Amino acid sequence: MRPQSIEATLTALEAHGYVAEQSLATAVFLALKLERPLFLEGEPGVGKTEIVKVLSKMLGTRLIRLQCYEGLDVSSAVYEWDYARQMLEIRLLEASGERSATTVRREVFGADFLVKRPLLQALEGDTAPVLLIDELDRADEEFEAYLLEFLSEWQITVPEIGTISAAQPPVVVITSNRTREIHDALKRRCLYHWIDYPDYQKELRIVQQKVPDVPAKLAQQIVSFVQRLRDMELYKAPGIAETLDWAASLMALEVTSLEPAALEDTYGTLLKYQDDIVRARAAARDLLAQMQPV
Amino acid sequence: MDWSERLTRSSQHLLGHAVHFTRALREAGVTVSPAQTAVFAESLSAVNLLEPREFCDAARLTLISKREDLARFEAAFTKFWRDLGLGGVPDELLGNLRLPPPKKPSQRPGEVRDTGAPKNRDPNASPQTVVDRALTFSVDEVLKTKRFDRMDAGELEQAKRAIERFEWRIRPRRTRRLEAAGRRGERLDMRGTVRAALRLQGEFVRLKRKSFASKPRDIVVLCDVSGSMERFARLLLHFVHALTQGRVKHRVESFAFGTRLTRITKALERRSVDDALREVGATVNDWSGGTRIGGSLNGFNRGAAKRVLGRGAVVLLISDGWDQGEPNVLARAVERLQKTSHRLIWLNPLIGTAGFQAQTRGLLAALPFVDDFLPIDNLKSLGELAQHLSNLDSRRGARQSGAGRIKTT
Repeated sequence: MRPQSIEATLTALEAHGYVAEQSLATAVFLALKLERPLFLEGEPGVGKTEIVKVLSKMLGTRLIRLQCYEGLDVSSAVYEWDYARQMLEIRLLEASGERSATTVRREVFGADFLVKRPLLQALEGDTAPVLLIDELDRADEEFEAYLLEFLSEWQITVPEIGTISAAQPPVVVITSNRTREIHDALKRRCLYHWIDYPDYQKELRIVQQKVPDVPAKLAQQIVSFVQRLRDMELYKAPGIAETLDWAASLMALEVTSLEPAALEDTYGTLLKYQDDIVRARAAARDLLAQMQPV
Repeated sequence: MDWSERLTRSSQHLLGHAVHFTRALREAGVTVSPAQTAVFAESLSAVNLLEPREFCDAARLTLISKREDLARFEAAFTKFWRDLGLGGVPDELLGNLRLPPPKKPSQRPGEVRDTGAPKNRDPNASPQTVVDRALTFSVDEVLKTKRFDRMDAGELEQAKRAIERFEWRIRPRRTRRLEAAGRRGERLDMRGTVRAALRLQGEFVRLKRKSFASKPRDIVVLCDVSGSMERFARLLLHFVHALTQGRVKHRVESFAFGTRLTRITKALERRSVDDALREVGATVNDWSGGTRIGGSLNGFNRGAAKRVLGRGAVVLLISDGWDQGEPNVLARAVERLQKTSHRLIWLNPLIGTAGFQAQTRGLLAALPFVDDFLPIDNLKSLGELAQHLSNLDSRRGARQSGAGRIKTT
């Protein structure tokens, strides 16, 4: 069931456990309404992949995920033939006395032997699935070019079988961590949305929702500390995923209030570069002091 | 402008030049008779003037009659052509051109060829102009080794022209994408194999193979344009422009920095070098100011690096190393830069200076984290850089860690 307004989208997302900014809800709503792919960019850990999972739950459809990497090609992304079975079939046909090359070819390159990969799977079924093309920046330009065609035609041609097209185009969400710029042509075909880190109130709600056991005061301290860390010049600022990990770690260690010792034991859940930890450690006292009025 | 166009323009003057050339030869100590000059002039109507090899051969055949004079001839000829404004030609004439390979006419019966290195060359003869194989352009030795900041306007012009003609190639990067390959392919191409088998009544006679495709490696240039680099900056930007415009389609991302970082990629993508440099000048704000190399590199590491270093880029850091910031900051920034790049090459125009030693504390602290530390102060060093880039290892080198950590208080 597709939401009929931005307001409804926001509510539906929240009902499925995703605290979204208004702008993101708008992006999702429009993507569904206009049947356009949604292109999400943002720092790692701001919930790009998460929203897609929630989206598929919200719509009650399948989620098909394609993780990108360099060298991703048709046989991993679109379709592949089941070679072992093909070879067996050739032998069987031979044993049964089948000699016509045309017949053999037709048999062996039939739909039964086709292994469907994510893009092809996304064109199937009566209800449109949600197709997540994750971290497109990791794929190469060749794949991008292929994708451009896929996104405009909603069909795939398998030379041996023919053209397969979608009864209803899938809901496509593309994510990128911006390790390189994606080509304009592709972005232009999509609705583009940059997901930023959430503000204090949003993040607090996320923490309270995802780690319900965390005491209110500790939750405030956690979020406040993370928000301040993000203002520092770090190689990798903590994302929401890190905030949640940290909150869960502090809970596991039965910490009730944020203190230097607890901080020292758990930096690793929050920061992933030694240099960043060194910086954070140097600034920790000040940061904690600033937070006292909260 | 192509040399042949230039030659066409000057061909009407060629006869006059030819007479000058015989005079020059005489000055160089070669005996040339008026009769030889006349034959030379006549021979010019029989050869293709636009084919420099023919022209050179004609001159040598008609004007030189002693093996001992060959070195003088070549030296004089090189100078003559350069004076004509055809700087790019003599290499080709002397048979040292690398790309494209010169077509060697087959030896005719009875023809005696100059085999290159005569054993009993006159020791007193002026040294033959030897073309450095690392350079695909031609300028004479003096200009090649002359520091950029000591060049006069005319020499700078020549240097710029030479840089524009330069051919930059970095050994390509192997991607993870497979493409059809011959028998030596490293992966089995099952699809192709099954298809091939079907053509042979299901007999798997030949296995088809695939290999990983190659792509040009990305290049990232970080160019110091602070006050201390002023004497070099313009010419070096010329070099970065040439790199960006190169025939081999490397993706080149360039940044200028003094106290902060400015992306100049778009400016340098302009075809005309003058337009490009004008735009760079307008884009960069801290031109000829102070230097904070560490701070600028940190800015790069935290920002643009994530977008441009993803695919194993070669990083060229052009700076003299005069840093007004904290040495540890520089060292740590350089260490991070090295770890995120395929190869970090620090190009320093001061290396060429007599008695140069890495003395600034920042530079000393940073050097352990640089893969190569090379000079970039004259054309010869550019040639060596080109050579180095084309032989670059396809694996990352061994690296150390632990640049001066910030002391915690």
